[in-house]
Amino acid sequence: MENNNDASRDLFPGALEMMILESLRRQPAHGYALVQHIQQRSKNLLQVEEGSLYPALQRLLKTKMVKAEWTISSSTNRRVRVYQITKSGMQHLEREISSFDRMLEGIQMVLGPARRATNT
Amino acid sequence: MSWFERIFRRSHLDDDLVEELQEHIEERTEQIMRLENLSRSEARQAALRAFGNPTLVKTRSREVWEWSRLEALLADLKLVARRLSRSPGFAVTVLLTLSIGIGANTAVFSVVDSVLLKPLPYPQPDRLVTLSLQAPGAAGLASFRDGLLLSPSMYLTFAEHNRTFQSLGVWSAGTANLTGIAQPEEVHVVTVSSGLLETLAVPPVAGRWLNADDQKPQGSKSVLIGYGFWQRQFGGQRSVIGQTIRLDTQYWQIVGIMPRGFKVVDSDFDVLRPAPQAFDPRHQIMEGFAWNGVGRLKSGVTISQADADISSLIPVWMDSWSDGPGSNSHFFDIWRITAALSPLKQQVIGSIGKVLWLVMGTIGIVMLIVCTNVANLLLVRADSRQQELAIRAALGAGRGRIARELIFESLVLGAIGGSAGIAVAYGALQLLSAIGPSNLPRLSEISLSLESLCFTAGLAIFSGLFFGSIVSLKFSRIGPGPALRGSSRTVSAGRDRHRSQNVLVVAQVAMAMVLLVCAGLMMRSFSVLLNTKPGFYAPQHLQTMRVAILKSLASDPVTVTRMQNQIADKLAQLPGVSSVGYAADVPMDGLEPNWNSIFVQGRDSWGAKSTLPMRLFNYTSPNYFHTMGSRMIAGREFTWDDVYNQRPVSIISENLARELFGTAQAAVGKQITYFQLMPWHQVIGVVEDARHNGMDAAAPAIVYWPTMSPNLYGPEPLDAVRGVTFVVRSQRAGSESLIQEMQQAVWQINSELPVSGLRTMQEIDSKSLARTSFTLTMLGAAAALALALGIVGIYGVISYSVAQRTREMGIRIALGARKRELQWLFVRSALALTVAGLIIGVLAAAAVAELMRTLLFGIRPLDPLSFAVVPLVLVAAAMLASYLPASRVSAINPADVLKAE
Repeated sequence: MENNNDASRDLFPGALEMMILESLRRQPAHGYALVQHIQQRSKNLLQVEEGSLYPALQRLLKTKMVKAEWTISSSTNRRVRVYQITKSGMQHLEREISSFDRMLEGIQMVLGPARRATNT
Repeated sequence: MSWFERIFRRSHLDDDLVEELQEHIEERTEQIMRLENLSRSEARQAALRAFGNPTLVKTRSREVWEWSRLEALLADLKLVARRLSRSPGFAVTVLLTLSIGIGANTAVFSVVDSVLLKPLPYPQPDRLVTLSLQAPGAAGLASFRDGLLLSPSMYLTFAEHNRTFQSLGVWSAGTANLTGIAQPEEVHVVTVSSGLLETLAVPPVAGRWLNADDQKPQGSKSVLIGYGFWQRQFGGQRSVIGQTIRLDTQYWQIVGIMPRGFKVVDSDFDVLRPAPQAFDPRHQIMEGFAWNGVGRLKSGVTISQADADISSLIPVWMDSWSDGPGSNSHFFDIWRITAALSPLKQQVIGSIGKVLWLVMGTIGIVMLIVCTNVANLLLVRADSRQQELAIRAALGAGRGRIARELIFESLVLGAIGGSAGIAVAYGALQLLSAIGPSNLPRLSEISLSLESLCFTAGLAIFSGLFFGSIVSLKFSRIGPGPALRGSSRTVSAGRDRHRSQNVLVVAQVAMAMVLLVCAGLMMRSFSVLLNTKPGFYAPQHLQTMRVAILKSLASDPVTVTRMQNQIADKLAQLPGVSSVGYAADVPMDGLEPNWNSIFVQGRDSWGAKSTLPMRLFNYTSPNYFHTMGSRMIAGREFTWDDVYNQRPVSIISENLARELFGTAQAAVGKQITYFQLMPWHQVIGVVEDARHNGMDAAAPAIVYWPTMSPNLYGPEPLDAVRGVTFVVRSQRAGSESLIQEMQQAVWQINSELPVSGLRTMQEIDSKSLARTSFTLTMLGAAAALALALGIVGIYGVISYSVAQRTREMGIRIALGARKRELQWLFVRSALALTVAGLIIGVLAAAAVAELMRTLLFGIRPLDPLSFAVVPLVLVAAAMLASYLPASRVSAINPADVLKAE
């Protein structure tokens, strides 16, 4: 299935979804705002491609992690489709973050302080 | 969002997505305009650049909701449907051949499944066996009977002493007269011993089985009735239980009704009754070998164990019973009786099994021919799509993708053909049960079962894969190069272009050859059968009618004979009737015959009985042979004088006369008998042989006795055959009016007399030909189909090749080639393929014919005529099929062809 590879071009699988969910937990947003938000929060380290964002949003919609609603944006005054995290989205996010933390910890332990010391 | 929305609100989802993406780009555009101070169109382009390919994003996002494989399949399906509808001629041809092929296969499979594969409709049918016996020492028996049936004393011994059966019983089918109703009627009766119902183990729909009490000589006279009889005679009312019917002048109480479709092995019945007298252990002799045995094995017991068990009981039987003081029970040692048990199913199916497998095989070959034909058509079509496929390959379509599409198209064709095939099969089965070949057992059980439908589905998929893979193997290999260079336009096709088509045609010819030879062999057998003298003539003008005179109507044998004589006289007076006679059995009527060995005076000593072969016995009236048209080879027929004066006379068949006395003439005047206590009977006539057991069986040696003879066993001095078949020769045979007049004639003598068996000898005759004609019809149809498909195949290939080489032909004509030579070029190539097919076909046909040996009659499997004619037919067909398209060459105008470039 090609779909699985979409988000992993730059990141590992599931990372984009995690960041979307995290952003939405802070505040419901529409697609464009999500791109902006992730870019700003990562201090432009991460470029979210629209080519990955929208399929990811559709996947989240399909698995009922988020829900969408058309409204009029107060700032730009245009019709936008605002995404909101759902309860199951919250739970999923918690699980993902904790497993991500563990993974990160593991990777760090493998790479080790010694190696990191020589590199830095 | 539910799956419901995913299917039905797809467009809504799409709209949302489109709008969302649009808004996104707009917002971005506006931001760029604001931040970088660009014009709207410049900003928009920048936004789009940053965004990437919106269509791709849309597609990717949409894919999330799609069942991608399913939808790809639907898209492929749409494509196939569009392509097929663009060439309706091709589609119709392919689907028609496929549906007929698959339909025919499904129909035949249904028959094979219902008749041969499905277990018998009894509980745990695999434990049921036929208790048949072999008696290789009883000379002559084999000429009119397969094996030996059981006598009541044998049954009693087996039932008591066996160690391998849970239960066993014996039965015998016959008829009885149902009286006391508006018109006396002859009903089908199965007489059973104890243990038979327990063995078959099918409970009644109402009431109870016969019990041990019913089988006691002084027991209550109870019967069971069959479902059909219950519906017909009693309107299906339950209150019938407890009612009394009058059978053969005795009263019987109905105690139960057997379910619809229940048969005793292969015998349908109206009434099922016990036989208290027949199995009374106090009155038993050794003989009476007229009972069919059925047993239910104990679980875990094999047939060979049971076989040994029963064989070991034969000496016990000889020790236990006797034919009376002075007789030697161990006389039967000489018969070398052994058990020959076989699964019950074998008895039910009989000889039709082989025929059905053969038909299944041939119809399978037809299916292969259908597949090769469709493959051929697809090849031709794919050839014309070669450029399209090549372009697609050049544009990057994978080999797998193209192969998948070609196979998918074939599978779709297979599926549609299969669905239509089910309709064809349904029709064919309706037709079959309407015709109802009398020799097809379990006909009522035949239906389009789940198994048949699975078979159809499997066949449709298999055939789709089969011709699909042939085509895709050939075309997915194509490199884009040659096809794109347009080789087909500038040079004639290379050899390998046509190789697959040629191979298919050779295979078709070979398979058609096999089927035609099979059909030819059956046709030859049939014609030999038709030319076989049955021993009677113009059977279509012979009307038969069976009349039984019961003891209650006439106890005295002389009165019985007088009544039969009166009936014969009455019948002879009917308008249009030229001659009347009667006999205990008419040839091929399927009644269980009487038989014994005979002694010749002055040659055979009484002690030699055991070495004398068994002869078939029949009992005939004066004028019987004249009526049947049977020729008297020597001497004369019985006369009424012979009968009433009880003269000891007999007539023998020609083959018996030759065997015993050398010539027919020498037989006349000789004295024969079959029992020491019976007077010598003078042979007064020799009659031509009669095919008593069917046209396809050799004529047995027959001894004919008068219908009234001394009674050797009972208290009365005389005995008369009470159930006889009258034969009436008339141009009106078979007409309703004659039948009614004949019935009236009988009832004028006595209104209580039941009449049955109103058939013409022609019907009896064709019944005995039924197996051969059924096989012939099926094989003939298969062979005709194969021939037609073969012709279409050759026509297609040559026609295509002519079309491809039009340009070459134009140039050849321009260079001075004669058209006739060019036509011959094509015909020759067709003949080369045909001959190659014939060589393979002859070898295959020889092998198949060997398998058919037992179905053939009067010819050898390697029948020279069939093997000579069939290739000629195929060569002629090939020439015709190739000449028609080849003749188009003469219409080629070289100027046009060359101009076209």
